[in-house]
Order: sequence, then structure tokens, then C-alpha cells
Amino acid sequence: MSALKIKKGSTKHSAYNLRPDFSDVIETHTLAVLVDNEAGVLARVIGLFSGRGYNIDSLTVAEIDHTGHTSRITIVTTGTPQVIEQIKAQLGRIVPVHEVHDLSVEGPSVERELALLKVAGLGDKRVEALRLADIFRANVVDSTLESFVFEITGTSDKIDAFAELMGPLGLIEVARTGVAALSRGQ
Amino acid sequence: MVVQALRDQGVDVVFGYPGGAVLPIYDEIFQQNDIRHVLVRHEQGAVHAAEGYARSTGKPGVVIVTSGPGATNAVTGITDALMDSIPLVVLSGQVPTFMIGNDAFQEADTVGITRACTKHNWLVKDTANLSGTIHEAFHVATTGRPGPVLIDIPKDVQFASSTYTPPQKARTSHYQPPVKGDMDSIKELVEAIEKAKKPIIYTGGGVINSGPAASLLLRELVDSTNFPVTSTLMGLGAYPGTGKNWLGMLGMHGLYEANMAMHDCDLMINIGARFDDRITGLVSAFSPNSKKAHIDIDPSSVNKVIRVDIPIIGDVGHVLEDILKIWKSRGRKTDKEGLQGWWTKIEEWKKIDCLSFKQTGSVIKPQYALHRLEELTRDHDRYICTEVGQHQMWAAQYLTFNDPNRWMTSGGLGTMGYGLPASVGVQMAHPEALVINVAGEASWLMNMQEMGTAVQFRLPVKQFIMNNERLGMVRQWQELLHGERYSQSWSEALPDFVKLAEAFGCKGIKVDNPDDLDEAIKEMLAYDGPVILDCLVEKHENCFPMIPSGEPHNKMLLGDAKTKDAIGTSGAVLV
Repeated sequence: MSALKIKKGSTKHSAYNLRPDFSDVIETHTLAVLVDNEAGVLARVIGLFSGRGYNIDSLTVAEIDHTGHTSRITIVTTGTPQVIEQIKAQLGRIVPVHEVHDLSVEGPSVERELALLKVAGLGDKRVEALRLADIFRANVVDSTLESFVFEITGTSDKIDAFAELMGPLGLIEVARTGVAALSRGQ
Repeated sequence: MVVQALRDQGVDVVFGYPGGAVLPIYDEIFQQNDIRHVLVRHEQGAVHAAEGYARSTGKPGVVIVTSGPGATNAVTGITDALMDSIPLVVLSGQVPTFMIGNDAFQEADTVGITRACTKHNWLVKDTANLSGTIHEAFHVATTGRPGPVLIDIPKDVQFASSTYTPPQKARTSHYQPPVKGDMDSIKELVEAIEKAKKPIIYTGGGVINSGPAASLLLRELVDSTNFPVTSTLMGLGAYPGTGKNWLGMLGMHGLYEANMAMHDCDLMINIGARFDDRITGLVSAFSPNSKKAHIDIDPSSVNKVIRVDIPIIGDVGHVLEDILKIWKSRGRKTDKEGLQGWWTKIEEWKKIDCLSFKQTGSVIKPQYALHRLEELTRDHDRYICTEVGQHQMWAAQYLTFNDPNRWMTSGGLGTMGYGLPASVGVQMAHPEALVINVAGEASWLMNMQEMGTAVQFRLPVKQFIMNNERLGMVRQWQELLHGERYSQSWSEALPDFVKLAEAFGCKGIKVDNPDDLDEAIKEMLAYDGPVILDCLVEKHENCFPMIPSGEPHNKMLLGDAKTKDAIGTSGAVLV
């Protein structure tokens, strides 16, 4: 029979460096998770992602049914198809989770994010910021003589683009909500 | 109220340890006689005892611990139960609600700490929800893939009174995993069964968890198709070890024929197992030419490690019933010619006789010790527990399990110190049975305080310690993988186990010669009470066969003469 294949003194052989060779194409998926709004449910979801080494690109959560106490968690995550499938199955295993929807595969969906951006500046820069805000259909929700707070809604890409433009014009602070998403149609 | 809820859930025994934050519950326990309370010596012991109880009865085990250290001591046991899918309901005390978050005496964030190691947990802040939550907890622990749940109950919630909710009126949880498998997939599997030339059935703990009916259905499927069957560590006993189609355990220390058949098969039917890394070896080279079916109640187990062709999500018992129904209705077809060739091949592998050993000289070989234990106890109503390490693998290899729920071992987590308290729990559930804990001396010492529990409750558990004065499995890996640098893997300053037994108030026996072994085992069996048998065995014996990590199934080691010579031990070499 086969002789001892491992070299004495070798430390490369560990049970924990076995890596399956699945497809390594990284995909981004948006998941909608309907949960009971009970204590600790968000911790369970986040703990699952950290404990099993999954990525969270964005996470949004709020109660959507105040009488039934259900919340909707929207998670944008990245991983190989295998990992995405695992994430969905693992989420489905959490007891207070009712439904897990992968909006990226279940048909077309709309995704929106809201951001608030504080831009401080004077003179031409201030005028230019206001002009760009108009092009991006951002609203001014607070104004001083030296600053604006813009409110902008759109896809994450649009907000990225707007924030990038505001950079040289005096962007000093950004707050983003993360993605909320719904499937299109009925 | 807690005790009433437990009683209504059919609980007859709880394992626990009192403390400040659970005194009201212990007051209730004091005033009743329906539920027996087993006072352990350490909370980890309580959880393992409850695991032993649950594993050997199919009923959920119940644990009561106090807040803070009581709960944190229970964490290892709870994690063990999660990894091995053992249903447990753990009740932990908590500081009063108005003190939570104040770093009160014996306060710990128990639901936070146990969130990752329970199937689900609850902090009950209102007595009105207490009994309903307990009923829901039993539902969650036992439904779907079983697992441990924890209810954290602040002391003021225990003291306050409220209306009791009986189980029938408790909030019905939405948690209802489907038990029936998809019929189209089942048909696809039946077609594969009819065509398979080189099939293998690979079973796991899921068959045991599904209940005795699932084991009977498995036996019917195996015997009527004449397919070979192997099992994981957790699934031993689902198909009888004396059955004619039994190949033995598979995996890292599995039998040669089982692993070779897994590697070469053309159809693999995984029933209630999870493609654990101890089973698969090198994933990319795992059974390269087979069609794989996987029956599991937990969707997250499917396609987690190994991509399968026919996934069937459902309870093993229900799915097996449907498979048999459809297979029979289609005329009970199998490729008999193909199967015959397959069995011829398997018989060739069996001839390697990978478990053979030679008992020579005056030192007891661990394999021989288990061989004699098997011979002298196989006719008993027997339950076996183990600790973790070489002795555990040898026990799995050399003992025979003919029925489910007879084999209690820590598989997924590999918890040293599991076996002694588990044997306490098993003996509580089966007072008349022979309960043996096959142990290594190092594992056994980790929870040896539970010997006090065994003595107090007159539980005649037999502690069969195979003492090699080493952390044998660690030593083996150091020999094979770390250049024989035996870092910290020997047991020095060991207690005299016979005197230790006497100190605990039980019987101690020591044996160090093969000629005296039978007599020692017989003496252990004959004694009406707990026994510690200190069986001194060969110190440098390695556990083979072995699939080295990072290798596929067909690269098994069957023992290495050179290695043995190098470390200067006498004794027979495995094939």
C-alpha cells in the first residue's frame, strides 16, 4: 500500500488549508431578508456574516410592519455563486428569519440609496456645487453662508459619482443609508 | 411555572447546578417529585450529561445553570451540541432585569455569548411570556435539524407570577422546516439507483436524529438493493455493524474498503451527513467520478463543501420512505451484474484487513483492549460513550454498533472531557443498561469531577481508560507532521486512578498485562457501581488507517513500519 506520502517535519499539511476549487467569479447580490423584529435579530444576521467570513457591502434595516413587528433587512454582499448560495441558506436557517429573497436573480429590481453630503465653500466653488446638485437632482436641506447639506437619492453609483464631484468643491462629511431595494412589477 | 412547563413537555430529568440567579427555579424543583434533578460538579458536565441523555433517548436534554460563570461554563457543551445536532434546552439564570447592563455580580451577556453557539436563544423579560417561550424552545430544539437552544431568565422574571400558558396554547412558531423531499428529485435518485454499477450509501448522524424508523428504512433500502453502506462517526449504529453490507466507518480514520469505495463509486447517496472535512479529505479529489445525491433536512448543508447532483431537502425518514415506495413501484430494479463486480472489488479491498493487529509482548495494545472489551460486552444491553482522541477512533473501529442511539461521542467539536459526563446522562436515562465510557487518560481528567455525580446518584458507569500517558492523537500528528518534536503531548504527574476511584467512593482497577485484561474487564462488569478501569496501553501506538490531511481517500496510510522503528517501539505493524 501507499507509503507515507507526507515528509517528516513538514508542517504544510493541516486539515484547515483544504480549499475547494469552486468557481471564483465574484458576484454582487442584493438580498432582502424579512425577519421578526425581536431583540438581537440584527446581531444574528451580522454575526452570521462575520462568523462565517462573508462580506457585507451595505446593510439597511427598519421595521416595515409595526403591528406584525416585521423588519426588512436589505444586504448587498459579494462572493462566488457557491458562497452566495450558502449565505442564503444560512440566513434561512436563522429562526426569526421568515423569507430570504435574492433580488439579483429573482428578476428586475429597483435599488435606491439616500445620502446627505455636507459641502463647505465660498465663491465659485459654492456656485458650482449648487449647479451640480441641480444636475443630480439633489435637494438642499440645510444652508449657511458657508455650507450646504445636500440630500440625494439614487443608485449607489450615482451617489458615488456625486460625492466624487463634490470632493474638490469642499465636501467635508457624508452620511449614507445603504441600499433599499424592491423587485419590479407585482 | 418553569417546572410546570418542563413537566408539560414530558421532561423527567434535568441536569444542573444551582446559583444565586436560579434560586426561584430550584425552590420549585425542591417542592415537587416529578422531575429528577441531577446535581453535576461543573456546568460543562451538565450539558454533556444532557447530550448523553438526548443522544441515547431521542428526547431533548434539559440543563439548568445560573447566571455569569454558570452560563459561560456551559458554552463548550452547548457548542458541542450545536456541531453534533443534539436537541438541548438550556435554562440560564440572569441578574434581575433592572440590573442588566450594570455589570452586576455574576452578570454576563449570556444571549450575546451563546448567540453563535445555539440554534436560537431568548431573553425573557416578562413573566407573561415565560411558559410560552419554554414551549417554543422545545419546538425549535427538536424540529428540523435539532440543536441546542437557551432561555435566559432574569431572577425577577422567575419570582413574578403570571398566567401559565399550556403547550397547546403557546404561540405557534413560524419555524416549520419541511420534512417531505421534492418528488422529482426523489424520482431522479431512484433512476440513479436502478442504473448504478458502483453505488455506495454514506450515512450520518441525521439518520439517528430522524428517529428509529429512519434506521429501519435505511436497513430496508440497503438490504433490498444490496448496496454497500458506510457511515460517519456520528451515524454508527444506523445500519448494524454486523450487517452483511456494512463496510465500516469512513473518513480520516475510516476503514480502507469504505474510503476506497467512496473514491471509486459511480453513485454516492449521502443520507443525513454533511461532507465534513474529516470525511472528504482533499475536496478537489473527492470521489471524482460519481454522481452524488444528498438527503439533508438543513438546506445550508447541501452544496456547502461538495457540489451534489441530486439535492433532496427533507427529513431522512420521510425521504427514505418515498424512495422505497417509488423504487418498489417501479419493480425493485438494480444493476445486479454491475453490483456483483462492485462487490468483488470491495471484497478485494476488505482482504487488506486494515484493522488487523498483533498482540505480542507484555504491553497491552489499545486495539487489543477494545477487541477484548467488544468480545466480553457485545451481548450486553450496551451504550458506549467516548472522549476525544485516538481511543475514540479505535472505539469506532473496533466496537460494533448494531442499533442507533447506542454511541455517544463528540464528533464535530471534538470536545475532550465529553465522555464521562455523557455516560452519566446515558445511565440516568437507562438505569439498567451497561454504560461504558471508552476514554483516554488526558480527556478523562478534563471532567473527572463528574465521577462524584456518578457516585452520588449511584450510576454504575464504567470508565474504561486506555492510559498511554500521552495525548495520543497530538503525539501521532507530531510524529507524522512535526518531525517527532513531541511538544507538550505527554501526561506527567498522572494520578493513581485506583486511589482516585477510592477517593471518589467507587471501585478502581488497574491492568497493565494482556494476560490479566479479561479478568479486569470481567471484574469491572461484575461490580455493581461505578468503576474506573486504568488500562495501561502501548504508549506509542498510532491510529491507522489514516488519510493524511490534504490527501484524497485513495491515499490512505495503513501504518508505517519505518515510523514505528524510528521511535523504537516493539509490536506488530498494521498490514
